[in-house]
Amino acid sequence: MALSKADFNNINVTPAASKKLKWNASANGFETGDVGGNMVLIKTLTADNSANLSFVNGTSDVVFDSTYEKYVFKFIDTSIRSNTEKLGFNVSIDTGSNYNVAKTSSAFRAHHGEDDSPAALAYYGDDDLAQGTGLQPIQNGGNSDADSCISGELTIFNPSSTTFVKHFIMTTNQNNSSGNSQVLHIAGYANTTSAVDAIIFQSNTGNIDGTIKMYGIT
Amino acid sequence: MAISKFNYNSFNVTPVASKALAFNSDADGFTTASGSSMILIKTLTASSSANLSFVNGSSDVVLDDTYPVYKFLCINCHPSQQGGDGDEFSVGFRDGSTAYDASKTSTFFSSVHGEDGSGGAVAYRDSHDQANATGFQTLAVDMDADNDTQVSGELTLFNPSSTTFVKHFIWRGNHVHSSAGIQDTYVAGYCNVTAAIDAVQFKMSAGNIDAGVIKLYGIADS
Repeated sequence: MALSKADFNNINVTPAASKKLKWNASANGFETGDVGGNMVLIKTLTADNSANLSFVNGTSDVVFDSTYEKYVFKFIDTSIRSNTEKLGFNVSIDTGSNYNVAKTSSAFRAHHGEDDSPAALAYYGDDDLAQGTGLQPIQNGGNSDADSCISGELTIFNPSSTTFVKHFIMTTNQNNSSGNSQVLHIAGYANTTSAVDAIIFQSNTGNIDGTIKMYGIT
Repeated sequence: MAISKFNYNSFNVTPVASKALAFNSDADGFTTASGSSMILIKTLTASSSANLSFVNGSSDVVLDDTYPVYKFLCINCHPSQQGGDGDEFSVGFRDGSTAYDASKTSTFFSSVHGEDGSGGAVAYRDSHDQANATGFQTLAVDMDADNDTQVSGELTLFNPSSTTFVKHFIWRGNHVHSSAGIQDTYVAGYCNVTAAIDAVQFKMSAGNIDAGVIKLYGIADS
């Protein structure tokens, strides 16, 4: 956004969505930016019967590098199209050319039926990985009913590190095909010391719907 | 905050902390607005550090009634040693003295899974919970100290300045454990004191935090 004195009593301002004016270092001038904004919306992607949603550093205004030390992806009413599908994600170290980084993760879930049927908490081996290079499941037991969806949050720590593995933490909830409320807790790490610079969300078999928002935490 | 035309080419502006100018619905005018509700207060970086401490009123740290909720974001905290009681990442809370010894009661459970596919399990770990104990609260156990391993996670501390209520805290973090696998840890509890908590310290059970960053945020309007 350009900000300049155009005329007496005027400033030439082109507003930029989600940006604010703030005082600059000289304390008597302005600059544009995020104010107090330690959680910054980077990109919103919406799927409508889409094969996948991907966030690639340097593409379509996506920042996924050392700009932020923590990135958060929020799933808002994301859904799959058949009960046999499983929503998942994978990461890339070559800006999306390949999504095949080895990951080790753990998974456990709690569920409780709409009919008050069995409530349980247990480890869930179907959704963990042991150096697996395929999709990391986000939820399981998908439900393609019209009112069914998955919502939750994935956090990735310091993806640009070239020293450490890349930890991720995820919690999602869904109303699954068995008529349960099911919360799934997954945590793990992409076992690479290369920088992770892209992430893809997709189903193991079909298309997806819904919104995923990407935030950077300064 | 008032904004008025003061003179040609000038604004009469009185800045207000945590407030900003934002474009209003006319797109050619301004209004005042708050920034994000998540405010970065302080970043500490470990370099073979015995501990990292956030003390209210010291080094620009705010940990009082300014915010009702505080978050500590731990990123890539790497231990200097493995085994020998030096592989536990922990936190302590200060409640009036100089010691980080506020009495705590807590729960601790974690989910684990090996890189070789073994040992997938979720379980309560009663050796790491506390029952009105004054020692540091463990947040990560059996940490691996290989060069590429570390713990990352987030600790939320609720209303530390209260002099009426106990102080609840919640942690979720994950790390590479010494058996080569993931450990996803959940800790929750409370400092069983009505005195204000005015400082928080992170350290390893022995040795140093070799590297890593811990950020303190205040959550406004929460």
